Amino acid sequence: MANDANFRTCPDTGFKIHLPADRLIKWNAVTGVVFLLIGGIFGIAVALTRWPTVHLLPADMFYLVLTAHGFNALLVWIIFFEMAILYFASSVLLGCRLATPKWAWAAYALMLIGAVVTNIAVLRGDSSVMFTSYVPMKAAPDFYLGIIVFAVGALIGCFVFFGTLVIAKREKTYEGSLPLVTFGAVTAAIIAVFTIGSGAVILIPTLLWSVDLVAHIDTLMYKIVWWALGHGSQQINVAAQIALWYALAAILFGAKPLSEKVSRTAFLLYILFLQLASAHHLLVDPGLSSEYKIFNTSYALYLAVLASMIHGLTVPGAVEAAQRKKGYNNGLFEWLRRAPWGNPSFSGFALSLVLFGFLGGISGVMMGTEQLNIITHNTMYVPGHFHGTVVVGTTLTFMAFAYWVVPVLWQRELVFPGLAKWQPYLFGIGMGLASVFMMGAGTLGIPRRHWDINFADAVMSYDFPGAAYLMMGLNGLAALIGGVGGAIFILNMVGTILWGKKKVKAAAAEEKAPEQPAAVSSYGNAGTLAVPGTFTLAMVFLVAFVLYYFVNWKYLAGVWPLS
Amino acid sequence: MAIFPPVQRVWWNEPIERTEILWITISLVWAIILFFMMPYWHLAGEQNLSNEAYKIRPEVFAERTEAMAEKYTVREEGDTGIPVVRPPAGSDIYMLGRLWEWWPILELEKDQTYRLHLSSMDYQHGFSLLPENINLQVHPDYEMVVTIKPNRAGEYSVVCNEYCGIGHHTMVGKIYVVDK
Repeated sequence: MANDANFRTCPDTGFKIHLPADRLIKWNAVTGVVFLLIGGIFGIAVALTRWPTVHLLPADMFYLVLTAHGFNALLVWIIFFEMAILYFASSVLLGCRLATPKWAWAAYALMLIGAVVTNIAVLRGDSSVMFTSYVPMKAAPDFYLGIIVFAVGALIGCFVFFGTLVIAKREKTYEGSLPLVTFGAVTAAIIAVFTIGSGAVILIPTLLWSVDLVAHIDTLMYKIVWWALGHGSQQINVAAQIALWYALAAILFGAKPLSEKVSRTAFLLYILFLQLASAHHLLVDPGLSSEYKIFNTSYALYLAVLASMIHGLTVPGAVEAAQRKKGYNNGLFEWLRRAPWGNPSFSGFALSLVLFGFLGGISGVMMGTEQLNIITHNTMYVPGHFHGTVVVGTTLTFMAFAYWVVPVLWQRELVFPGLAKWQPYLFGIGMGLASVFMMGAGTLGIPRRHWDINFADAVMSYDFPGAAYLMMGLNGLAALIGGVGGAIFILNMVGTILWGKKKVKAAAAEEKAPEQPAAVSSYGNAGTLAVPGTFTLAMVFLVAFVLYYFVNWKYLAGVWPLS
Repeated sequence: MAIFPPVQRVWWNEPIERTEILWITISLVWAIILFFMMPYWHLAGEQNLSNEAYKIRPEVFAERTEAMAEKYTVREEGDTGIPVVRPPAGSDIYMLGRLWEWWPILELEKDQTYRLHLSSMDYQHGFSLLPENINLQVHPDYEMVVTIKPNRAGEYSVVCNEYCGIGHHTMVGKIYVVDK
């Protein structure tokens, strides 16, 4: 084992923390939060411009800011934080030194440089091509270059993570199999490697095309390969966020998975099927056969959706089993009522689980159905869907985890614990409503990425119904509420790190992780109680899913026959 | 616990909790239904996209569109004099997208079928037919053919819903559907 002087023991959790890993986790997480702030401000500007009565920005600024919002909030914030998660799930959870910290710093530097380069290109005003940068619309070369440099950094980070797993195995810092959370992180990292590879395949030729070294990029091929990056990277988020759900269930409740086999197999299904998904974005495009579209959009046979539905049961199921073991055994839901709703780590976790499933999950499957995509493609429904996955799912989960990990790593108390109690509700409900209103506007045909639904400067126009304007107004309002929630989070994090009160050793009450598995019996049926409450909730979810899905077939059946 | 290694190294041998088996079964059945709804709709539903598409050079597509317009223009509309074209029922009809207009305006008869050809002269565009909310992606160099059957008379707008530059929000076209 490496030099012990390079480790500290965490007074709260008992984890042995490798000091270089500690610094890397902190820097990656903090940098991520800074980009969340930047992306969030751009997001508010977007929402206020699309609020018809406010209509904040002029057209050119709107398209610029929308490009910047997508890049910073969807890519930079999330990937930086995921690097922190990967280092945490390997080095800290396995009590192992981080492999090649110098490479990890190189990864960090490349990501930062890439993010800054692309941001400069966007803010300069000559690369307002949207996050997707569909050819043949051309951005400045440094727009593509920045993303490529960022991705190379992220790829190096993934290999540092894999290297750490190898070291932990060789140096026997843990016994038996990997913890489930680390297993989930492995899933995320494998998907990341695939995704970044796809990104290289398409963005490098596009970079060369932007400097006239390549004559032509086929628009259809670009979309297929680009979305292996664009959609694949969202699957990194799903895997990382679910790994954190399991982590939070363990940290807050001492919950163990109902069965390791089921949860791990579900992660495995992600690796096998989840990254197929690029056809989601090409369901109404010419040149692809229905057979290909159906196979690809359904992840073979909806096996990745199956995996998500499994996690949707096993995560709350683990919490229920743990709570019942503690004696909260009355009725179906005492275990849930008696959960720590005032602890932002729990409320953020619980809200993200519910909102991700109901808003992001159901809408994603609906819209990803070959024919149903006809009535949603490129409408506001699409951003409605992915704010239900990436914002109230991934981002809210990361926030919940941050409430636990920041005080633990920095050994400081939260500066505004009172505000923190409300933060997940403000952010989750605000952004959840924004997601719902966007989807509502989409079903009325409001286009996404559109500056003026009044068509004031257009030769011809279309009168959207009043309800559509109302939806866009309410979306602006909801985004403001969510924005306040986001601001409180950032204030709390930055404040805690900079001037939070140093923790006194004994007072580490709330975030305390449970001790090593002494209390945990062996796995399997014997140790697990039935989880009727969770099963009931799962059935409610299923009914909502089925109804919503078929209602949309009914909508589709009402439009012009097409063949 | 999920943050520690499992107690038994070979977790594969664990029995599975009963609730989980039940839920996995239900979910799997639902996944299969989700999957088969798509081929089912191809057989029984009326809203399916054809797989008919061609590679085409923009100037060739423009020629065909103009030929149709020349033959069947019935009037011109607005300050820009954009032609309103009324091709015969059952025929091949063309609409092209370019910065920043849909051209020309089409006038169709209710309950008749038409083979609609779509392509772009420059960037990608989004053909969003409102208030039907039928949305198709239009690529340059690709010609998409969809058979449509307008079943309600009225004035329809085609709004571009794929971002195509600074004038994107001004790109609107029209389709009229009239009773015979």
